[in-house]
Amino acid sequence: MEQLKTIGRELAMGSQGGFGQSKEFLDLVKSIGEARSKAEEDRIVLSEIDILKRKLLEPDIPKRKMKEYIIRLVYIEMLGHDASFGYIHAVKMTHDDNLLLKRTGYLAVTLFLNEDHDLIILIVNTIQKDLRSDNYLVVCAALNAICRLINEETIPAVLPQVVDLLNHQKEAVRKKAIMALHRFHRKSPSSVSHLISNFRKRLCDNDPGVMGATLCPLFDLITEDVSSYKDLVSSFVSILKQVTERRLPKSYDYHQMPAPFIQIKLLKIMALLGCGDKSASEIMYMVLGDLFRKCDSSTNIGNAILYECIRCISCIIPSPKLLEAAADAISKFLKSDSHNLKYMGIDGLGRLIKISPDIAEQHQLAVIDCLEDPDDTLKRKTFELLYKMTKSSNVEVIVDRMTDYMISINDNHYKTEIASRCVELAEQFAPSNQWFIQIMNKVFEHAGDLVNIKVAHNLMRLIAEGFGEDDDDADSKLRLSAVESYLQIMSEPKLPSLFLQVISWVLGEYGTADGKYSASYISGKLCDVADAYSSDETVKGYAVSALMKIYAFEIAFGRKVDVLPECQSLIEELLASHSTDLQQRAYELQALLALDARAVESILPLDASCEDIEVDKDLSFLNGYIQQAIESGAQPYISERERSCMLETTDYHSRDHHEVPSHALRFEAYERPKPSSLPTQASTELVPVPEPSYYSEAHQPISTSSVSERESSEIKLRLDGVKQKWGRPSYQSSTSASSTPPQAANGTSSHPDVGVGSSSLKPRSSYESKKPEIDPEKQRLAASLFGGSSSSRSDRKSSSGGHKPAKGTASKPPKENPIPVQPPPDLLDFGEPTATSVTATDPFKELEGLMDSSSQDGGSTDVMGVLYSDAAPVTTTTSVDSLLSELSDSSKGNPDTYQSQTSKGPNSKEALEKDALVRQMGVNPTSQNPTLFKDLLG
Amino acid sequence: MGIRFILMVNKQGQTRLAQYYEWLTLEERRALEGEIVRKCLARNDQQQCSFVEHRNYKIVYRRYASLFFMVGVDDDENELAILEFIHLLVETMDKHFGNVCELDIMFHLEKAHFMLEEMVMNGCIVETSKANILSPIQLMDKAH
Repeated sequence: MEQLKTIGRELAMGSQGGFGQSKEFLDLVKSIGEARSKAEEDRIVLSEIDILKRKLLEPDIPKRKMKEYIIRLVYIEMLGHDASFGYIHAVKMTHDDNLLLKRTGYLAVTLFLNEDHDLIILIVNTIQKDLRSDNYLVVCAALNAICRLINEETIPAVLPQVVDLLNHQKEAVRKKAIMALHRFHRKSPSSVSHLISNFRKRLCDNDPGVMGATLCPLFDLITEDVSSYKDLVSSFVSILKQVTERRLPKSYDYHQMPAPFIQIKLLKIMALLGCGDKSASEIMYMVLGDLFRKCDSSTNIGNAILYECIRCISCIIPSPKLLEAAADAISKFLKSDSHNLKYMGIDGLGRLIKISPDIAEQHQLAVIDCLEDPDDTLKRKTFELLYKMTKSSNVEVIVDRMTDYMISINDNHYKTEIASRCVELAEQFAPSNQWFIQIMNKVFEHAGDLVNIKVAHNLMRLIAEGFGEDDDDADSKLRLSAVESYLQIMSEPKLPSLFLQVISWVLGEYGTADGKYSASYISGKLCDVADAYSSDETVKGYAVSALMKIYAFEIAFGRKVDVLPECQSLIEELLASHSTDLQQRAYELQALLALDARAVESILPLDASCEDIEVDKDLSFLNGYIQQAIESGAQPYISERERSCMLETTDYHSRDHHEVPSHALRFEAYERPKPSSLPTQASTELVPVPEPSYYSEAHQPISTSSVSERESSEIKLRLDGVKQKWGRPSYQSSTSASSTPPQAANGTSSHPDVGVGSSSLKPRSSYESKKPEIDPEKQRLAASLFGGSSSSRSDRKSSSGGHKPAKGTASKPPKENPIPVQPPPDLLDFGEPTATSVTATDPFKELEGLMDSSSQDGGSTDVMGVLYSDAAPVTTTTSVDSLLSELSDSSKGNPDTYQSQTSKGPNSKEALEKDALVRQMGVNPTSQNPTLFKDLLG
Repeated sequence: MGIRFILMVNKQGQTRLAQYYEWLTLEERRALEGEIVRKCLARNDQQQCSFVEHRNYKIVYRRYASLFFMVGVDDDENELAILEFIHLLVETMDKHFGNVCELDIMFHLEKAHFMLEEMVMNGCIVETSKANILSPIQLMDKAH
């Protein structure tokens, strides 16, 4: 059978140009279809480009032929090659009178051009003309194009016509017009701000398709401004209720579910409106409760709606009953065999946990199963959940897991994300500094190039400040352990630059502090770093500064400094470095080595990185010097203001200066240095600047300990605030961004928990009691993750849910049960208590009055019923769409295939087997790629 | 924004249809498609989710015979619903072509696009009634 069909198709196409297309086109498609590699495909496309370039130049190309050429251009671009040589022909085709050609032209143009392309201007005219067409399909084609091609500037050209079309008699046109307006709102909200009421009006459109489409712009509008749409809450609820009661035409059903995509959109809108609003939420309770009760959890689409309900409930202020229902739905998801449902379950759990934190506990084993699942997607989702439920009692377990996972993956995008989460959690909940440093080391070692530089500064600050208490002993222990860990890590090849900076700084400050390591040992290590990463100037700068500190401490202690030969050669190399920063550091180091202990100690005092530096802004210490100078005949300093006042009166250029204050912009050149008549003024142009560009960034944490800035820095050009022309531009910006945090230092630690120290020793005794059937490893993990649960509680949990809920007990109803199409009888019980209220204030009707809609149905109690008069009666029981029954034919008999269909797409395995079978039998006489003929739906 | 792109790619990794709802240059599309296809095809395992995270997208994919349908969505989209949207698309094509196969899409690329144009606008699902989706296409067929 399979073979016959394949051969039949082959014949139909091969001989007489099958689907009304030319042999040429068929051959092209066939050769692309049979291409075995990307290279082969590229060859075909490249030769096709040549052919088309030639053919498009021919005169008088028949229209049909031209359409084919355009499709071939689409193919070229789809397969990744440039087809811009033919764009103009697509534009021309939009002018064609023939609908199919016109639409093909529009399609190609929307695929080829972005909204700012020069050719668009040629199309706007056509669009305007088409919007006036009598043929509604032409109007639709133009509206489609508007949604892709119109940009902010061209909106006014079509806006009036689009607004007119909102009342077009054809629902398809109204629907597309409302979407065009949606597009305008996105591109330029101000252009349609006076037309917002149209969206409300279209919500009560007679046609459910238009109503459904209108939900999209309304969703956007409500996201932007919830409060203006609170009046619509009851309307949305009422629409949702009527949809679930099957008042919409049956053609909107999908797998026996009434208009599920509209339901989902409505639930999304309700979530926005009910957020933090008790009274709005209350209106929704009933319909949400109904959905939970009625939704068929044996189909994917039913579960999609259930999941949306869970999301809605996690946003609004829910009733306890709804919370319970949501929790039940989640546990069904988690217990399912389908990974997709597990994923949704984990996601739902993460949302609900914000409202009721206890809910995760009953699912601990399922969560751990997901965490250990080989499927990466599920794992990540679970990490997201864990991230949300981290507290100080389980932070260690969670962050350990996260870092392990971070190390194992290659995807930089996600690595960055999870690294920053690790840092965030560690900073927030760290039980001890020791642990914090350990985690930071791991993060830096494996993702150092990806984390923010601030993280490094925080870490250095933490090590420098210690516990923030007066516990020097603990502080030095912490530092020693940091030094030890770094000395160990340093031997690893290829560490990230940022990490090496931290390491160098810590070794410089504290490497020799404890006396455990000798200065020559540490300095040797630092030289190794500078050597191994010789291309990284920042690291080298850190290393040299660290060396300087090591030597300074040695000198201060009165010990003799013997500079290792490799250090000596490093210094010599840097003295001649192209980097002025490195050069200066080397010179400083050299100068320092020649000083005596007293001087050195005041330059680099021991362990003073946390001391505040008091900057004497008035430079009062120079007073004596100035006094002396004035006495010996120098002119006193005149401030800039005084100076300009003086100039105003004396200088004949005073005109310019007059205007200066009144103008925001100054167009004249910068002032020249004033003539030498004012010698002191030189100091305003050339000032001692502590560090040029990134020197400051690199040096900042170190320089906090030095009072030597004035001594060490020479007169230089003023570089701060000037964009760096040469060298790496990023340095400049990071200077300003990062120079403050390490100095802001004292006492402003960002680790609230740090001070509490290692108080969170968890009672691990509870692990002893566990059920034999569960992997004890897993249970231990569960206990530590979901912590605090007393042993009796965990016993209970494990005995009730201990049988690995995910396996075996999936709650799929037996297949013999036909899916209940008829609304269950409990429909009545929700109808009765509210019957009065519904008729009294049918919100939908209210809305209509509000909108002053033309379609007034006096006295009708059921507006929707009238509106959707062609809707099928409620008794739609077994009239299953024949197509559907045909489609699911194969799956009906066999619950297994049905299973796979709901979870993974229809029997892809089967298709593979068939494929193999077909190949075995050699049914592919001409085609190399028989799968091209495979029925997608199997 | 919801849906950001829809791709149909066969199991050899060849693109059969691509529709983007935000503008990407040719190079960006090429790179993105390459990465996504590599990721999804590598996951061809019964026991895995039909969702993959990639950059800022979430990709919901489903395999039909030799063809993968991949839909790139925003982070806050309902993945299961998108999975069913894919199925609806396939059912719709099946209704039109009758036992739709990869070759049908290749020979009628524009029609497959027309269907998508009816179903998705501005990255939102706007039409889910098969009759409404197909009626313009049938009318055009009749006129020829």
